[in-house]
Amino acid sequence: MVESNDAIQGDQQPLLIAERLGKSYGRQVACRDVSFALYPGEVLAIVGESGSGKTTLLQLLSAQLAPSAGKVSYRMRDGVLRDLAALGEAERRFLFRTDWGYVHQDPAQGLRMAVSAGANVGERLMAVGWNHYGRIRDTASSWLERVEIDIGRIDDAPRTYSGGMRQRLQIARNLVTEPRLVFMDEPTGGLDVSVQARLLDLMRNLVSELNLAAIVVTHDLAVARLLSHRVMVMKGGRVIETGLTDQVLDDPREPYTQLLVSSILPA
Amino acid sequence: MNAPAYNFAYLDEQTKRMIRRAILKAIAIPGYQVPFASREMPMPYGWGTGGVQVTAAILGPSDVLKVIDQGSDDTTNAISIRKFFAKTAGVATTTATAEATVIQTRHRIPEAPLHAGQVLVYQVPIPEPLRFLEPRETETRRMHALGEYGLMHVKLYEDIARFGHIATSYAYPVKVNARYVMDPSPTPKFDNPKMDNCPALQLFGAGREKRIYAIPPHTSVVSLDFEDHPFTRYRFDAPCALCGAGDSYLDEIVTDDQGGRMFVCSDTDYCETRQSQGHRGTESAAPHKENAHG
Repeated sequence: MVESNDAIQGDQQPLLIAERLGKSYGRQVACRDVSFALYPGEVLAIVGESGSGKTTLLQLLSAQLAPSAGKVSYRMRDGVLRDLAALGEAERRFLFRTDWGYVHQDPAQGLRMAVSAGANVGERLMAVGWNHYGRIRDTASSWLERVEIDIGRIDDAPRTYSGGMRQRLQIARNLVTEPRLVFMDEPTGGLDVSVQARLLDLMRNLVSELNLAAIVVTHDLAVARLLSHRVMVMKGGRVIETGLTDQVLDDPREPYTQLLVSSILPA
Repeated sequence: MNAPAYNFAYLDEQTKRMIRRAILKAIAIPGYQVPFASREMPMPYGWGTGGVQVTAAILGPSDVLKVIDQGSDDTTNAISIRKFFAKTAGVATTTATAEATVIQTRHRIPEAPLHAGQVLVYQVPIPEPLRFLEPRETETRRMHALGEYGLMHVKLYEDIARFGHIATSYAYPVKVNARYVMDPSPTPKFDNPKMDNCPALQLFGAGREKRIYAIPPHTSVVSLDFEDHPFTRYRFDAPCALCGAGDSYLDEIVTDDQGGRMFVCSDTDYCETRQSQGHRGTESAAPHKENAHG
């Protein structure tokens, strides 16, 4: 990718830093010794087969799980680097619904299926104190437009939406507070190929428009190639290879990565 | 067995003590739902087991009790609870709002203004205002603790998106003392402004859900709304057919199968007091004779 080089700028300070992060459940080690720094506007893909610790890592990074070892630091909007484990619950939840987004694989987990699309998008705004119906609705409709959902469907509940629309609605709901970092857990899982392509295209545009940093967990190397600047390959809870996306996918060093890359079905 | 079969006001003293502790805590933290060990009462859940336990815990021999159900002193629920305490506590009962010291209510706040020294006890079916939006109790408790009430506005947003106005007409959420969002029990939203800065103590008991909460006297109670869709009271646009009152909450009573209907005060005491003062409505020409309809 051409953008990959200008996204990682030397003069910027990292947004999120993971240091020797590990999580074990008793003797079962889900993930160990993960360190990296994520810069503003950078998209990092975490790839690997199922059971390799991708989702555990994502939950550690988004402070939904407490790590057994190491720490995650995040640069707040005021520029101060804070240890996530040291944040109070109120601060953490506030961060989660303002400065962060989390796109679930299953939209039913990330959306309120019984309330209208407009309210789904507006919820975060109301949570940060917006108290004007007209303004909330205007903002919600402009976001629906941006994610290519027909404005006529604004009052329909997401349970009447197709899978692709649900996923796009979930993205709008997360981006409405203009977060700086979005976590995505298999955002294209379970969607058919043409819908996936449209969603990826949309996400790529939004990410560059909003200068979003994102951490995308996926087992689909095509998603990693399209979206990310950097790739981390995980196996058995460890990061076995990391580098620029093109570098890793075109010239994999590790035998396991070579296997992953060679197992993509030819289009 | 020398012990009396029943203690004063039915509940044993240890139970009352437990309930009073919950009530004191509820008063200390206005709008906060205090868990309590709700007892089995000799009536089914949904008939006011929470309200009855609160009333039993605060009732003294010199109290004067009034019980209303939907504003009325003479419906089954109101009569049976009034008789229950007349029998088990031997307290004086009344239907006059001004004379009562304890008023147990279901679904209404009396029209006559309450005064200091009175206690209004509400029967509450579902104390959690966030329940229908967030089914997990662990999560709603956390939301209360952290004051995350964006979700409550999601409900109001849905109303406006669907009906063009805030269509919630009862159990309308309020914010108490600028802190906790509270369900005022299924009272019509017409009554919400009466809770604000009320000189009487307001106690809420939910028997099945095992929660007690309170609004101490002179506490701010604000109905939630949007800047561009402010809270409004709702009332049928008609005077009471019996007493002519233009300011009371009205019940719509269907009088025949030809579309005939009349509007009367839901608060029977208020209506009767006005009638005895000589106020008349359109249907009350002969007050002691049955009116022929249809």
